[in-house]
Amino acid sequence: MDAALIPEGAKRCSFPKFMLGIAIVGAVLLWGVYAMLLCWFKGLNQTNMNDYYGFALWIWADLAVIAIGGGAFFTGLLKYIFKVDELKNIINFAVIIGFICYSSALLILAIDIGQPLRGWFIFWHANVHSMLTEVAFCLSCYFAVLTIEFIPNILENRQLNKVPFFHHLAHNMHGVMAIFAATGAFLSFFHQGSLGGVAGVLYGRPFAVREGLLIWPWTFFLFTWSAAAFGPCFTLLVTRITEAVTGKKLVKDNVVHLLAKISGWMICTYIIAKIIDTIYWATVTAPGIGFEMSHFYTNNSFYGYWILVTEIVICGVIPGILLINKSTRENPTLRLLAIILAVIGVCLNRWVMVLQVVAVPVMSFDTWALYIPSWQEVATTILPVAYGIILIAVTYRYLPVFPQELELNKSKAQES
Amino acid sequence: MIQDKKAHKYGMVIDLDKCTGCGSCTVSCMSENNIPFKEDESDKKDSITWMRVYKLTNGKSFPDTQITYLPRPCQHCGGKGDHGHSPCVSVCPATATDYGYDTGIVSQIYTRCFGCRYCMVSCPYHARYFNWWDPIWPEGMEKYLSPNVSPRMRGVVEKCSFCYHRYQLAREKAYYDGTHEIAEDAYQTACTTACPAGAIIFGDLNNPSHKVHQIVKPDPHPDPLNRDVVGKSRNPKVFRLLERLGTNPKVYYMSEREWVRKLGDNYLDGEWEKVKNHYGAASHE
Repeated sequence: MDAALIPEGAKRCSFPKFMLGIAIVGAVLLWGVYAMLLCWFKGLNQTNMNDYYGFALWIWADLAVIAIGGGAFFTGLLKYIFKVDELKNIINFAVIIGFICYSSALLILAIDIGQPLRGWFIFWHANVHSMLTEVAFCLSCYFAVLTIEFIPNILENRQLNKVPFFHHLAHNMHGVMAIFAATGAFLSFFHQGSLGGVAGVLYGRPFAVREGLLIWPWTFFLFTWSAAAFGPCFTLLVTRITEAVTGKKLVKDNVVHLLAKISGWMICTYIIAKIIDTIYWATVTAPGIGFEMSHFYTNNSFYGYWILVTEIVICGVIPGILLINKSTRENPTLRLLAIILAVIGVCLNRWVMVLQVVAVPVMSFDTWALYIPSWQEVATTILPVAYGIILIAVTYRYLPVFPQELELNKSKAQES
Repeated sequence: MIQDKKAHKYGMVIDLDKCTGCGSCTVSCMSENNIPFKEDESDKKDSITWMRVYKLTNGKSFPDTQITYLPRPCQHCGGKGDHGHSPCVSVCPATATDYGYDTGIVSQIYTRCFGCRYCMVSCPYHARYFNWWDPIWPEGMEKYLSPNVSPRMRGVVEKCSFCYHRYQLAREKAYYDGTHEIAEDAYQTACTTACPAGAIIFGDLNNPSHKVHQIVKPDPHPDPLNRDVVGKSRNPKVFRLLERLGTNPKVYYMSEREWVRKLGDNYLDGEWEKVKNHYGAASHE
């Protein structure tokens, strides 16, 4: 039915089967859209946020998708600026994942603000001292860059590519992509960093506050570094999931191994910096304002030392070591374990830097505040996941996302 | 145009030994500032209370138990070094909250706030409140709303303004009277005037003739122990909440009781004994 749109020579499932899958995920998406509309029309009283939890599940989701979407800018940087040519075989997919993550982040932000129609005030009445202003500007600009990076791939659709203008446009855009990759890396450095700065500048919140360099707290650099380190792991994870769902090998092992190796070294260097930062904060910064480290991890029913150990050791040190070691990196099971742990690790880091920050009591007579999100918050957080699955399904079906797909599945195609 | 070039620094001293916890300050504040009600006010984490009264105890069992009530309005922080970069003002992405260098008052521009709530996250005092619901008053009560204060819409943040509208009225009156000076009793917040025990004292911390200045004796120099702290009280009975963070609040508290003063901040083991007699830079001079 849609054979004319499918890349030449590529094997795809039948159209009814494809639509059935889309319908199932689409139902989840509609559930999220319903919750989103409730929040927009009835207000944020639909959530379980409160005056202690001004930032909650959505801001965590926002920070998390931006961190794991960091694979797009970092892979682009490696491919176009550092000329790591093998990565051309995964860059399209990294860009699509980045596009999904960043569009999701913008959507979540639009739901999260109390007055969505005034969202543009962040640009119009911009406060140059606010890290959130920097986030808004860089995020929007980078999303535009991602869209530009995505366009050539869309224009390579079998039918669109027959139009000479689109064909030449796609070709020429590929030619100048290094400029956009460099712009994207520059913008990403600042918005990933300023998201870290959002927490680090909170000098009224001892769990978040950090010293730093000039106007940038150390969290600024840690967030950028962690996004570059863990983002490619998410790209690899989604690639692996796509391979499992389609039953095909889509990217050659040498490409996967290379990206995993780079990611491993980035994780190791990041986690060393993170450990130093944590030790300095726990022994100098927090005691300097009257807080023992134990204050942040005891006397409550959820936030214990386990979360620190899980984030840094289990989901930081371990995946880093597994990925820099050749034998474990090239073992598919251990590599998969490492990238799953890494993705959990960076998401956990964003969780504590948003939710634990506001959970910790600061006034000596205050109490811990714990929170469970409402179904509307959960549904709107799952919404981008459903949207992402649909977009990946559609792009995989109709666009030549994986340049090595045909070569890797030649024998299968011939058999069929 | 009304101009008052002399910079004020309005602040408050709350005598915790006089406060009975009656809640008059809270009620008068809600009435004065058109604060709406929820249908169910039992969950205090999402109800709006510009002036919240905390009940504190010394943690000892009977018969040594002591309690005190601590009213907590917005602290109108001057920020690190008292330069006006309050925790909330510096983070607001849309400049919807601002620091008045002529008054020291932290304002909130409701029509500019788009409800990101970053200011709430930045405030360690929980002095900022979000309008989770549309503002609603019990039937008939809307007739008693103050015409001087705009009600806030759903989806924006609000907080204590030190009854800024009263400052505006006092300033206008001073202009018409030709004095151009706002007298101490011409500008008083609703909570101050409502407190039956006289526990709340309000005025200009920069004006030596005002009672707040005389009680607090604010030290204009940075604290040698922490350069971010400015305006530390030279009165041994006076303290501020979370002073060590460098937020530099303009709300001071006063108590004869040491355990109450100690609750004002966080201290490592043994630290309180070293710092409890440190009353600002001038105490070292």
